[in-house]
Amino acid sequence: MSDLSSDMAGTDRGEQSSLSVHELAMEDDVRDWIALLKPRVMSLVVFTGLIGVIVAPGHLHPILAFTAVLCIAVAAGACGAINMWYDRDIDAVMRRTRNRPIPAGRIEPGGALGFGIVLAVGSVIVMGVTINLVAAAVLALSIGFYVFVYTMWLKRRTPQNIVIGGAAGAFPPVIGWAAVTGSVDLIPVILFAIVFIWTPPHFWSLALWSNEDYRRAGVPMLPVVAGGKETRKQIVLYSLLLVPLSLTPWYLGFSGSIYGIAAAFLGLGFLVCVARVFTDRQDPAGVSLTNDAPARAAFKYSILYLFILFAALAVDRLIG
Amino acid sequence: MAEFPPRPSDSEAEVFRRRRRGRNIAVVLVLTGLALLFYAVTIVKMVRP
Repeated sequence: MSDLSSDMAGTDRGEQSSLSVHELAMEDDVRDWIALLKPRVMSLVVFTGLIGVIVAPGHLHPILAFTAVLCIAVAAGACGAINMWYDRDIDAVMRRTRNRPIPAGRIEPGGALGFGIVLAVGSVIVMGVTINLVAAAVLALSIGFYVFVYTMWLKRRTPQNIVIGGAAGAFPPVIGWAAVTGSVDLIPVILFAIVFIWTPPHFWSLALWSNEDYRRAGVPMLPVVAGGKETRKQIVLYSLLLVPLSLTPWYLGFSGSIYGIAAAFLGLGFLVCVARVFTDRQDPAGVSLTNDAPARAAFKYSILYLFILFAALAVDRLIG
Repeated sequence: MAEFPPRPSDSEAEVFRRRRRGRNIAVVLVLTGLALLFYAVTIVKMVRP
């Protein structure tokens, strides 16, 4: 076993002197390369993409469905890696992100960029060759949107960064649907719109209590630019749009009462959460006096909301 | 006379080797998984064109 270990490592004790201090300084680990893929973000993207595959009319062989979802996951990971490469300067000054592999010095920026590009190009090619060109085109569009429109253009320039940039995270159900049908219809566009409108209240809840981090990094998130009061108002407005929009698949007869009831109750819960964010005890500048407890709760609920909402749609379609 | 960089200690070199081994195993697993996936996709496409 130990011999095999030495072979796998590609060295033995006699080579010890060939290891430079530089090589040792780059203490990257498999876990760091996985961290570059932003696995937590990826899980939501994979889930919504899978729901797109499940609810689409038609049939896709399970192996092809797995391949399509894998391509969506890899593309999301690629976006995460490229985003970490581009944002390494601001990641280094934000408490939440300063231990990421690049600012912590465990992975070289160029390595992360190369990793991201290879995964992005690879996922689009595999999607195009094994599934269909429409799914591959939408996948390429989502990667381009996330990298060029959100990360490089909007994020550092406008407080509307995550409103417009949210479109990038809304593509997966459309890609999943296109993988099965080879087209993009009204229902995937509605699913896109649900994730798109869900993104601002989700991110701004996080931004309310990560306000200082964003301010230090110079990222013009809405709470930094417009203050807590305006952000709370915007969170409520987007949530008021989200709830009726989430019921659209039911109005249109695409889903049955399981989804309709789930969407109504989940929406009610969402409104209760954001109402608490809006009425949180604040100082005159809109800074929370409760350590942003309602915003933290709203952020957690928003993740649960999207998971259950999409799961209800899939259950409804499978049972109904 | 040329100056050489300081040599790593045994423990540092051991950590480096362990990490490199982890990366090598990960690459082998990913490549094997991809080969199996492409094989399976090819069979599916041949059976159900």
